[in-house]
Amino acid sequence: MATYIGRRFVLLPLVAFGVTLLIFALLQFLAPEMRAAAFITNPNQLNALPAIIEKYGLNKPIHIQYYNWLREVFRGNLGWSQTARQPVAQAIGAFFPATLELTLYSFIPIMIIGVWMGTAAAVNRDKLIDHVSRVFSISFRSLPSFVWGLLILMILYGRLNWFPPGRLSLEGDLFVRSGEFRFYTHLMTVDALLNGKLWLFWDSLRHLMGPVLTLTMISIALLVRVTRSSMLEVLRQDYVRTARAKGLDEDVVINVHARKNALIPVITLSSLTFVGLLGGVVITETIFNFPGIGRWGAFAAQQLDIPGVTGFAMFVAGLTVLGNLAADILYAYFDPRVRLQ
Amino acid sequence: MSLVGTAVRGVQTNWVRLRPLGAAVAVVVLAALVLPATRDRLLRYPLSTAGFILVVLGVIAFWAIPSDLTKRMRKNPLSVAGFLLIVFFVAVAVLAPILAPPPSSSRNAYLIPQEGFASDPRPPQARHPFGTTEGQYDLYYGIIWGTRTAFRVSLVVIAISVAVGLVLGGISGYYGGRIDELVMRVTDIFLAFPGLVLAVVVVAVLGRSLDNVMIAIAIVNWPVYARLLRGDILGVRSRDFVEAARAMGGSDIRIIFKHVIPNSIYPFLVFGSLDVGLIVLTAAALSFLGLGAEVGYADWGMLINLSRNWILGAPGNPFAYWYVVIFPGLAIFLFVLGWNLLGDAFRDILDPRLRGSG
Repeated sequence: MATYIGRRFVLLPLVAFGVTLLIFALLQFLAPEMRAAAFITNPNQLNALPAIIEKYGLNKPIHIQYYNWLREVFRGNLGWSQTARQPVAQAIGAFFPATLELTLYSFIPIMIIGVWMGTAAAVNRDKLIDHVSRVFSISFRSLPSFVWGLLILMILYGRLNWFPPGRLSLEGDLFVRSGEFRFYTHLMTVDALLNGKLWLFWDSLRHLMGPVLTLTMISIALLVRVTRSSMLEVLRQDYVRTARAKGLDEDVVINVHARKNALIPVITLSSLTFVGLLGGVVITETIFNFPGIGRWGAFAAQQLDIPGVTGFAMFVAGLTVLGNLAADILYAYFDPRVRLQ
Repeated sequence: MSLVGTAVRGVQTNWVRLRPLGAAVAVVVLAALVLPATRDRLLRYPLSTAGFILVVLGVIAFWAIPSDLTKRMRKNPLSVAGFLLIVFFVAVAVLAPILAPPPSSSRNAYLIPQEGFASDPRPPQARHPFGTTEGQYDLYYGIIWGTRTAFRVSLVVIAISVAVGLVLGGISGYYGGRIDELVMRVTDIFLAFPGLVLAVVVVAVLGRSLDNVMIAIAIVNWPVYARLLRGDILGVRSRDFVEAARAMGGSDIRIIFKHVIPNSIYPFLVFGSLDVGLIVLTAAALSFLGLGAEVGYADWGMLINLSRNWILGAPGNPFAYWYVVIFPGLAIFLFVLGWNLLGDAFRDILDPRLRGSG
């Protein structure tokens, strides 16, 4: 197990290095003036672009440019984001808590409902719940997230006025900026409770519901399919038959013998779900005007704010790599067969 | 030739079952050729008409050839539904100029004709069966020609990804060792990004256009193909016929292309055909974000992007502009649904473990 996990840790910096190399290679498609923006730390320097091109050798050979660029990245200088009107690293810090909150509120129901529905469908194969979950799964896998999100916005906000877009209502926003409000975690729902403002908690929860509903349905659809087929596979195994043959209660067979083994691929999928959520927030946050990194990344791409886009992408790639590492470790922990390889 | 022979024999043996279908198609085609309204259109675009007839013949032949695949598909109604959806979209794509004739003044049929510049969308009416978007682009025209865009995007992306995946995955799987390690680490790097995020970066850097969307999705996609082919080749490499070819002095290139790839390519191609739904979803997402097709180009994602300002309807009538999102949304949904239905069925058919159980 130590070597298995050790190998993962050795690969981690390699992949991180490769990610910077890939981003840098993509940047080479741009003119030196646009690349120079990656070295800027405040808007006043925009007038001094030729000097910056000279200073960082943006006309020099590529490996020197890469070295200079990488050095700045390691110092945490990812450039100046025009769309966020602040340095990229700072912008990530400002936008990420909202995305994290959204991801947390989506991830937990996805895992619970997805696993429950997938197991129920496999155990009651070809019964009503199986058919319902299969129709549900294939429909939401085929429905584009932006169409589904727009429909939610249309019905649950436009018609019913339940879940408005944005992160807070106007009065909530004013209160948060007023100075009476103290930030602890930057997760709005948690901070509202810590400040003892229940109305603010409901306000932020209402605004979270639209994007959460959008993200969850599509991820659940994917999870249901994998859990179902994994559970079907396990239910065919000899040890399940043995457990049944020795007269164990069916609930015990399913919950103790079958489900534990069926969940092993689901662990891997949980990291994929996490990655999917990080990609999915780009669209969902854009639709619901939710001020997280996804909306900022998309906006930066539209406005050709190159430091913003690349900073956003490298940050998301870093999270993805960490998520995959976590899944590998969990996988080795739960499946002794992997450990012994 | 043997394939044609089988097809002819298949049609002969299945003629009783196919007769009503064949008669229906013949009646529709003849009626269309006789009625003056449709005749002019059909004759103005002979290539489209011929293409449509070819599609119909192809479908009949496919269905008539007695094969393992069609036998299993008949047992699975969902796969037939998926197949029909895809045939429907192929037919729409082929018949696009007949279903929605481009105005005679247009230089590029993919540019949706625009009637005036009024900002608010207009509901479905005789001149615009699905209504118009903001800026008065005809939704019906955009959806019909968008079908061609969807097929073109997915075909180009799959062609590039398969080509790159084939070369790199092939080298990696066949030689193994350090080369294998290197190629696999490179795929790790590409897979470290959520697909859409990497595609967004590529389009932002290369510039906004549909061509760049295809390049971006191919860049995101190829590692999956490379890994898939590598895995297949690892399975085939040590088999006896490859050893035999090597013992006879066959060169590496020859062995790869003559023996290894033909024996591992089948699941690879099936996977490619199942990937279409995902590719179209990603392309539409990029267009939706304003990073894909230009405004006015026949593309489903672009049409939905145009609907964003009208989602909340008018005061007192929240669903006033329902058509701007429902019609293009339905087009993408049904297209992707067709591929997913067929994909699930193919997977079940090809996976021997599931045989006899479904």
